Amino acid sequence: MINEKIICAGFGGQGVMLMGQLLAYAANEHNLNTLWYPSYGPETRGGTANCSVTISEMKVNSPVISQADTVFVMNLPSLAKFEGKVKPSGRILINSSLVDKKTERTDINAYYIPANEIALKLGNPRVANMVMIGAYLGLTKLFEKETIIKLLKKSFGEEKAHLIPINDAALQAGIDYIEENYPQ
Amino acid sequence: MSKIVFQRTKGLTEKEFSYCPGCTHGIIHRLVAEVLEELNILDKAIGISPVGCAVMNYEFFNCDMQQAAHGRAPAVATGIKRVRPDNIVFTYQGDGDLASIGTAEIVHAAHRSENITVIFINNAVYGMTGGQMAPTTLVGQKTTTSPFGRDARLCGEPIRMSELLATIPGATYVERVSVHDPANVRKAKRAVKKAFEIQMKGLGFAFVEFISTCPVNWGKTPQEALNWAKEHMINYYPLGVFREPKEDAQ
Amino acid sequence: MAKVMMKGNEAMALAALKAGCKAFFGYPITPQSELPEYLAKHMPKYGGVFLQAESEVAAINMVYGASGAGVRVMTSSSSPGIALKQEGISYMAGAELPAVIINVMRGGPGLGGIQPSQADYKQITRGGGNGDYYVIAYAPEDLQETVNVIKEAFDVADLYSNPVMIAVDGLIGQMMEPVDVDMEVSKRELPEKTWATTGTQGKRPPVNINSLYLDPLNLEKHALKLAEKYRLIKENEQRYELVNMDGAELVIVAFGTMARIVRSAIELLSEEGIKVGLLRPITIWPFPEKAFNEIPDSVKGILSCELSTGQMIDDVKIANNGRLPVGFFGRTGGMLPEPEEIVSAVKAMLGGLKHE
Repeated sequence: MINEKIICAGFGGQGVMLMGQLLAYAANEHNLNTLWYPSYGPETRGGTANCSVTISEMKVNSPVISQADTVFVMNLPSLAKFEGKVKPSGRILINSSLVDKKTERTDINAYYIPANEIALKLGNPRVANMVMIGAYLGLTKLFEKETIIKLLKKSFGEEKAHLIPINDAALQAGIDYIEENYPQ
Repeated sequence: MSKIVFQRTKGLTEKEFSYCPGCTHGIIHRLVAEVLEELNILDKAIGISPVGCAVMNYEFFNCDMQQAAHGRAPAVATGIKRVRPDNIVFTYQGDGDLASIGTAEIVHAAHRSENITVIFINNAVYGMTGGQMAPTTLVGQKTTTSPFGRDARLCGEPIRMSELLATIPGATYVERVSVHDPANVRKAKRAVKKAFEIQMKGLGFAFVEFISTCPVNWGKTPQEALNWAKEHMINYYPLGVFREPKEDAQ
Repeated sequence: MAKVMMKGNEAMALAALKAGCKAFFGYPITPQSELPEYLAKHMPKYGGVFLQAESEVAAINMVYGASGAGVRVMTSSSSPGIALKQEGISYMAGAELPAVIINVMRGGPGLGGIQPSQADYKQITRGGGNGDYYVIAYAPEDLQETVNVIKEAFDVADLYSNPVMIAVDGLIGQMMEPVDVDMEVSKRELPEKTWATTGTQGKRPPVNINSLYLDPLNLEKHALKLAEKYRLIKENEQRYELVNMDGAELVIVAFGTMARIVRSAIELLSEEGIKVGLLRPITIWPFPEKAFNEIPDSVKGILSCELSTGQMIDDVKIANNGRLPVGFFGRTGGMLPEPEEIVSAVKAMLGGLKHE
């Protein structure tokens, strides 16, 4: 039974909110129940940002996630703030390009993905968030990459359609990175 | 055979005015009502009653009316005019209502150039609450809350709303008139008519300020009050057109 | 129709458009600003009026004017802004004008904070402005319910000629959930607005929108007429949901986001063999007193859970009428409890009850 609780955390401008939204949109595409909730406040760019997503076959109750199945850590401050939120044997996906520390937790599964380096190699560091989503898809097989691409197309519209190939490549790079470094 | 030379305007109901003897609200009501009748807009007029002496003028104007919270008449008028642009919407407000508690509403209605007509009654005092100092009270003028006369160092100079609103690009028409003698009454009526015609043409915010009297709270007889308005009020609040549509400018 | 993902504030705006709202007057304030933003963009397509007012005070008085002119009208704000609107709301209740007012609550008092809160409960349910009056207030818990009650609220406002408030917290405004804005809701048979100022058009005597009654005898008559209306509303419009009541040891009363957190707590408790029910007010005024008659004999106590320091608990005590012990759990200032905190509060209360 699917009942995924996810926290995405980083700084504003890293596309942290979009990561959560894409997962929530994908859940809705599959007729799963879902709820996305952002931290909100005066900070936009540069400040800390996080959002929670619940994806479930059951009705979603508490929007507050106390025990997350998955935490995305996109920058260093988010590691200290959110590693305690991962439930035992849950997973933490760390953007090792910007986080040079390892998690202190030994009861969870940690995945270190150099998302910014991979994104930069592809030509745009801004798709680091898509590398992370790709890694998540590779680990969980929750959604197909094509679902995410379809949603991105819808969200980007004609104006930004030229950005689809690099986002596609970033998602694939994330999937490939997991396959090569964390074979299941 | 006798012939009718004067009769009650259809713009007023038969309800007796509640105003004190000698107060010029009555004249101004009649001017507004006559204009509504003469322009044949009475049946699509919606008026806004203020808080103050004119609070019950919904009983006097013979058209649809809404009574507004203190100072908020221009906001209420905005709400009506925006959803019923084909109606004629006017507010009737005193100086406590418009020039004190309602400054934000009148300034922004003018700023947006709401297509409404505003009739502003300046008698330099809060009438209904019993003669307290208004933002328009003259320097040195004694009221119940300026018992030693208005002190400009403590309370500032009296506010000139027409001059203030005339600085706003959205204020299409701004004129100050008086009703202290028959010639000025006739002039005032022309201003009211123009203010409604501007709305009918969709030209935007039209504002007519009346120098009015309050014999009771000024402690004067009606005639003394008219004289005082002429000698003191108009001295500080000069009559005239402060803004008008380009085509009408001389 | 398939559900689409929408942000709460946007879904509320769209629900209003679907309900035939033809005018919106508002002023920006966090955490509800996406609502006016959405309407600024989409209202023109629906042939309606959108206007950003110079203040909340002006906005609610524009609502007064438009409602008095017979048009379906809405405003939205958040706690401090709703406080500013109380003058106009009192006038509207007095003049018997319908409107829908959305309050996306944040922490207070004063400027407070911008995070989710339910600390306006008393302001909403006790009138908020001056005089003998009430606003009908819905406090939905998720986006589908929020959209549905907004659509109904326009009918309810028109039916009773009274302002209706939608009381949600910042979380509901900011979150995204799948929602079907076209879901059918119950419709009311509505009287014609013969009182509206539309201009006489030479066809009828003038009408007047007014809350002034200088003769105390007339004002008393008016207040009694309103009181009779409120009695009818209490009789007909109480709405609530009862969850997991069969054999429950304890009942939690909670609304809005807090009710959802409580649902998760109830699941955790049931894993430990502790049966707890939820009495969820959907209207907070009228408060669902009727629901308290349905609390089974197995229940030993009631826990009021709120995003405040304890406001609804007074209504819980009135409705409970001394029958069961009443406890309280709350977080405030924008803090949201984790379900585990409610689990602890329930255990503490049950433990205390056993020792009594």
